[in-house]
Amino acid sequence: MSHYELDARRLLCPMPVIRAQDRIKTLERGDTLAVVCSDPGAENDIPAWCRINGHRVVSVEHSEGELIITVEVGDID
Amino acid sequence: MTKQRKAVSLISGGLDSMLATKVLLDQGVHVEGINFYTGFCVEGHTHAIRKKDKAKPKRNNALWVAEQLGIKLHIVDVVEPYKEVLVNPKHGYGQNMNPCLDCKGFMVKQAVNWIKENDFDFIITGEVMGQRPMSQRKATMPVVARESGANDLLLRPLCAKLLPETLPEREGWVNRDELYGFSGRSRKPQIALAKEYGFDDYAQPAGGCCFLTDKNYSDRLVDLWKARHSRAYELDDVMLLKVGRHIRPRPNFKMIIGREEGENNFLEGYRKQFIHMRTVDINGPLVLIDGEANADDLDLAAQITARFSQGKMLEKVNIEVTNLEGVSTCHSVTPLPPSQMLEEWVV
Repeated sequence: MSHYELDARRLLCPMPVIRAQDRIKTLERGDTLAVVCSDPGAENDIPAWCRINGHRVVSVEHSEGELIITVEVGDID
Repeated sequence: MTKQRKAVSLISGGLDSMLATKVLLDQGVHVEGINFYTGFCVEGHTHAIRKKDKAKPKRNNALWVAEQLGIKLHIVDVVEPYKEVLVNPKHGYGQNMNPCLDCKGFMVKQAVNWIKENDFDFIITGEVMGQRPMSQRKATMPVVARESGANDLLLRPLCAKLLPETLPEREGWVNRDELYGFSGRSRKPQIALAKEYGFDDYAQPAGGCCFLTDKNYSDRLVDLWKARHSRAYELDDVMLLKVGRHIRPRPNFKMIIGREEGENNFLEGYRKQFIHMRTVDINGPLVLIDGEANADDLDLAAQITARFSQGKMLEKVNIEVTNLEGVSTCHSVTPLPPSQMLEEWVV
């Protein structure tokens, strides 16, 4: 299991979701991906995308106007 | 054992595609959603750039619909391939710069490719005959099916009874008797069906889910193309057309002026790509200069920037102008009097 980071700063939703989705497709079950976003909408959208696609949000951190959403990869179809 | 058939549903985030998907789910079909992001999609987050809108709930309606229905959603970035659809639509534009018929054909074609790659059986959409003047007419619905290459793999559950049988109906994967025959611009049948399913709080954006149906947005896009003598565009252009006050005092340059803190913060992210200006000692907007501006142009732009600052009544306002190399200079200017601010400058 590995940890990865994805820079989604300055992208407006749904682009952070799309970038996270496309990256997660390349990862293994149990890997974690920290998505760094500046669009506050990502705080709703990435967890919503995770819920419907079988992944788990491990944490959401706020830091100087940015969000770091860490996702644990579930089943990849 | 009968093979469970799989359909992909084009989910816009509005009610019709939500209903169409539910109809098929209730028939035991495995449905997953697909949502295409062109860059022009109307999303709450775009409005949420503005600080005054931040109290409003922020949600992506396509994700919300998928969650309500309990289906997976695949969001596909089609920003690049969509350019050809917008720049050169075979069937032309609607009332504004909306190439709705080409757009629908394009999206269904993308879905055709997706079902081939993902081993799905057919495609569904929430189209209703006569609902939209361009893409959802009796005459144009077969055009979408044909030109997308979907042909009889494209099922419209909400108006299927008004259309020829599709493959899923002929093969018995879907029971045609339990599909619908909705037509016309009235939303009453859909609202009644939504009530039957217990759906509420669904999105019903006026003018659909695309900025290209908006006159003001379309005017800005046309202005951009005209000024650049080219219809080429990038996603950043698409975003910036949604934000701020746009003023073109001269044909060779345009000002993008933040209207409040949220927009100023958003424009901050573009500072390195544009000559930009802002007030020094008093509150005022961040302004991006798009185009080729000479010293005289920048002087006029500084006066206009001062005009939109809290120093608009002062004799002189200090404006910091930063060039593309990041070098800043301070200009003391007189705010442009209202009488010299021409209405035709506003894009």
